Formats: sequence, C-alpha cells, structure tokens
Amino acid sequence: MRQLTYAQAIREAHSQLLAADPRVFVIGQGLWSPWYAGGSLEDLDREYGRTRILDSPVSENAVTGMAVGAALEGMRPIVFHPRLDFLLLAMDPVINQAANWSYLFAGQGNVPLVIRAVINRGAEQGAQHSQALHSMFMHVPGLKTVMPATPADAKGLLLAAVDDPNPVLYIDDRWLYGVTGDVPEEAYRVPIGEAAVRRMGSDVTIVGISWMAAQALEAAEALAAQGIDAEVIDLRSLKPWDQSRVLESARKTGHVIVADPGWRTAGASAEIAATIAAEAFHDLEAPVERVALPDTPAPTSRVEEQAYYPRPSVIVLAVQRALGHRKLAGACA
Amino acid sequence: MSTTSATLSKLSTGSAESGLAEGWLLGRWKTMLRIRRAEEAIAHMVENGEARCPCHLSIGQEAIAAGVCAALDASDTIWGGHRSHGHYLAKGGSLEGLFAEVLGRNTGCAGGRGGSMHLSAIQHGVPGTVPIVAGTIPLAAGAALAYKMRSERRVAVAFFGDGALEEGSVHETLNLAALYRLPMVFVCENNLYASHLHWSERRLKDNLDQAGAFHSVPGTRVDGNDVEGVYDAARLAVMRARTGAGPSFLECRTFRWRGHVGASSDEDVGVRRGGELAEWLLRDPLARTEDRLTTDLARHLERHRAAVDEEIRLALESARTGPEPDPERLWSFVCAS
Repeated sequence: MRQLTYAQAIREAHSQLLAADPRVFVIGQGLWSPWYAGGSLEDLDREYGRTRILDSPVSENAVTGMAVGAALEGMRPIVFHPRLDFLLLAMDPVINQAANWSYLFAGQGNVPLVIRAVINRGAEQGAQHSQALHSMFMHVPGLKTVMPATPADAKGLLLAAVDDPNPVLYIDDRWLYGVTGDVPEEAYRVPIGEAAVRRMGSDVTIVGISWMAAQALEAAEALAAQGIDAEVIDLRSLKPWDQSRVLESARKTGHVIVADPGWRTAGASAEIAATIAAEAFHDLEAPVERVALPDTPAPTSRVEEQAYYPRPSVIVLAVQRALGHRKLAGACA
Repeated sequence: MSTTSATLSKLSTGSAESGLAEGWLLGRWKTMLRIRRAEEAIAHMVENGEARCPCHLSIGQEAIAAGVCAALDASDTIWGGHRSHGHYLAKGGSLEGLFAEVLGRNTGCAGGRGGSMHLSAIQHGVPGTVPIVAGTIPLAAGAALAYKMRSERRVAVAFFGDGALEEGSVHETLNLAALYRLPMVFVCENNLYASHLHWSERRLKDNLDQAGAFHSVPGTRVDGNDVEGVYDAARLAVMRARTGAGPSFLECRTFRWRGHVGASSDEDVGVRRGGELAEWLLRDPLARTEDRLTTDLARHLERHRAAVDEEIRLALESARTGPEPDPERLWSFVCAS
C-alpha cells in the first residue's frame, strides 16, 4: 500500500475534506507559513484559496469562538492551534460554549467543530511550548478527544472528527510527523471511540496514548526478546475511550501498563487505571502500572528533557514490575 | 417633524406620510411593553419563589432590543448574554417559551435546560444567549463569517453590556470582524453598571463608543432610551454590514431599573444609586415613545395595554402547566447524534 508520513496524512485529510465539502474551512495561526504546521497544512492556501484557509491574527480566544459560531451556523470549521499550550487561551469557547451548547439548549443547535491542537515538545522549548494537556479536556462532558498515533489514523480520525456533529479535539503530535505508514488513498473514517490492537500478546497489556503507543510497540519488541509477550493497544480516542477493548485485554493478560504522554496526577492514565481496577479487579494479577510524565513543568535543557520524557525502556521496567507480582504470587503458591 | 421621523417615513414606503412612521413607532412601543410586562411578571415569580433560576432583568433598557431588532430581517441572528429576555422577545421568541424556560419546564424555549440565562429561538434567529460575559461576541462573529463565506445577505448582532468591554475577547473580535469585513453589529448596552460597580470604578474614561475605532470598527454613541434613535443607528449599521462594508459598534446609553440579578433594586445589596434611578425613571423609553404618538394613536394605548396583559396572562398560565423534566433525561443531549 501507499506510504505517507503522519504529516502528509494530515494534509491529505484536510485536502480531501476541503475538496468534498464547501462547509469545511480552516482557521488559525500559521496556515500560510510553509513551516509553521510542519508540512501538515502545506500549500492548502494555494490549493483552496485564502478565504477558506484563514491564517489568523494571534487571537486564540476569538478565533476559536468564531469557529464555534460558524459551526452553529452550519459550517464545518477546523480551528488550528499550532501548540496545545496556546489552546489554553481559548478555554471559554471550547468548554463553556462548544462543549455545553447541545446540552444547554436540549439538543437545539450543535457544534460540529474540530479543534486541532499540536503537542510540540522537545528541542529545549520549555514549559510553555511543550505541554500535553489532553487529560484536562478528557474531563469535560460534551467534548470528544482523539489522539492518532499512526499516519493512517491521523487521516481517518480527522475525517471522522469533521463528520461528527459534536466538538472534537484532535490532538496530533509533532514527534510523530516523520513516521511513515500505510495510508489508503480514498477518504475513509476511523470510528471515534475505537481503540486498535497493534500487537497481540498474552502476558501483559500495554495501553498507549498517542506518542506513547508508538513507544509501547518498541517496548513490546524489547520484551519479546526477553520472552515476554505483550499486547499493545493504541487507544486512539481519549473520549470516549474504548473501555470494552481495554478491559477484554486486561482480563486476558491480568497485567496492565498505561502509557500516557501527559502528567501523572489526575491524568488520563489515572482514569483508565481506575476503570480497569473497578471493572476487571478479579482478573488482575498485579496493580495497574502507569507510565506518565513526572508532575513537573517541561524542562528546557536537553539533559533534563532526556530525563523527563519516558522512553520505551521505562515501559519495559513497568512491565517487569507488574510481572514481578505474578512471579511472587507463583512462589507463594 | 424631526429628522429621525423623516428618515423613518422615507424608510417605510418611500412616502413622507407621518402616519406610517407613527404606526411603526406604535409597533416598537408594543414590543417594549411586552418586554416590560414579561419581565415584571418574571420579577413577581422571583419574589414569590416560583422562579428559582437567576433572573437578570432589563426593565428600563427595552428600547435597545426593540430598536435594534426592528432593523433586522427574520433570517438575521442575534447573540446575547445573561440579560437577554428583551433580545429574545424583540427578535420573535415566544412569551410562553420564555416563561416556561424561567420555570424550568420541558416546554421552555431551551427545553427547560437553560433557565433565564440560556434562551434560544433558532427559528427566529436566536441561536442562544449564554451568561459568560462576552462569551457570544466571538460566536456572533463566527456566524457572520459563515454568512459571508456562503454569500448570504444575513447579519449577526452581538448584544453585550458595558462590563463585556473589559474582556479581552471583545477586542480580539473587533479586530477580526474588521479584518474579515464581517456582516456584524456590536451592540453595547451601557447601563453604567457591571453588576454593582459603576463604570467610573472600572475605567478612567467614559469612552466606550471609541472601543472599536482602534480596530477600525466605526462606533457611535446613541441614547439607548430612545427607540427611534437606536433604530436609526442600528439601521445604518445593519445596512453597512449587509452591503459588505463591515462591522459597526453602537454604544447605547441606558440604565437598568432593577438590580444586577433578581427582582429588587440594587439598594438591598448596598449599591446606593437611588438618586440616579430617579433621574433615569424620567427617561422611561416607553413613556417617551408614548409622548411622541399623536392623540389619534395614543387613545388606543389602553386597549393595547390590556391586550398585552392578556397575552402575558395566557402565556404564564400555559407555561405553568408545562411538565417538569424527567430526571431520567439527565444524560440526554450531552452529545448531538
């Protein structure tokens, strides 16, 4: 099959959406810049015109609010925030307005809006240009959140997000932009709320989110060399998240590691671990392990960055901890 | 005849016959009266405990809603805030829908989900009013962007109070609206107080009419208690918007007779503005309009008052019989399907 990078897949999704539906437009910062969005929006303005590809002033709140208003009036906007950090300036339109609207008016009016925000960390950018804040949005009823980890999902989830009648936060990760993978040429949708099993296994389940799903696959290879057969689930959608697929795997392996690119406290990993503990308690052979960021802001220096961001080896250690419980239990029996 | 009336006459049918303008004025008076009586009824229900949600009344400010909405087409949209009963009614929202909403009934205009602060009448161009200060101003701009992109000749109006000018998003939106030449009108209802704080406690200069100028949005100050003056200014602003000339900013000076929230005046929460209120009562937009009607039309006012009162009575009666939501509904409409 044809191979595209993650960034190319995002661009292709935009292009197919813009070509197919006159209601679709893109607004946000950096859309006319060849480098701002890492090639993921390259030349869309030339192809579809600058009245549909609006490179906006630095006004995150009003630009996002305008996208909400346009969605309420029947358009299908994609509002782009080149860093998730910048989306914090638009919390009112996202949470107070978009997420609540359908509920507030008992289903009269809905907000078919895609808010695209990029996790763009590393390279000594520091605390305000690096944050993975997905868990904060996962908290909010009425807002869906997706986080693709592969080129195919980057395309299919964006198409699904634009189709969805609700506000969808689409979070992509700049560290994945160069990853290549099979991407079908036609327009296809990846269902929101459905996880993907990336690797079947019987000893341990690793649930990965976004970048950490990719790290989990690398960890699984290292574990295979140690004779440990890991199942890797790429969550893909954070809200709603695929509880049945995760629980099914947890019941099968009895050991679960949740690998989250965000902070540990009150993070997505906490919600997932709590659900597994509540729903699959009797099938678990060990406590659910979490791999997450330390509860500190993102550092700037390269040395500290290396200590801050978990690598596959951290997942391997977590798996070994979890399986240690099994061995211990076996020894007692 | 004043300049205003002359303009209005020309507008009506191109004829200079004053009767048409007076008929128009009577219509605005009735709109204002419906708002006044409806809010008095709500105030009564707040006092007797029947209405439990926070209610923000616009009594004294009716000319702005009535004047601006008279300049709009049915397909134009208005976007409001926490004090939007008047906007909703002036744009065509039903009395029963309003009362039932305030009472939390299924038959309310927001299905009993919104209460006084969240009103909706989509079929009349009221997508929603919500109580985050300045919250709907960017939304109105987005609606205007949608109309422009689809080459529709529709206009979006954002209603907001003077307090909203203290929010950054307003300034962002003014710039964006000018930059994209959006078919939009910013209507600032300056009632001098943001909750309990007088403008002079929040700002050094009394210059809200200039808020748009820095962002290339022309602004004008209007007597917000003069329904004809509001209409004239709104008509020009709407015409600018509809013909592609871009957004305008109206500062409409007014005063709310009641407190920030609830039925009583502000005195109860320690805001001493009784002297100011006495002055503003003399500028009652309804009384001022009545003064402009000729005796010929004026002698029917009692009949119109009785008709409005009866309309209110029937709407209230009907709203009170509406069912309350089933708690099972709690999970409905979190997401649209």
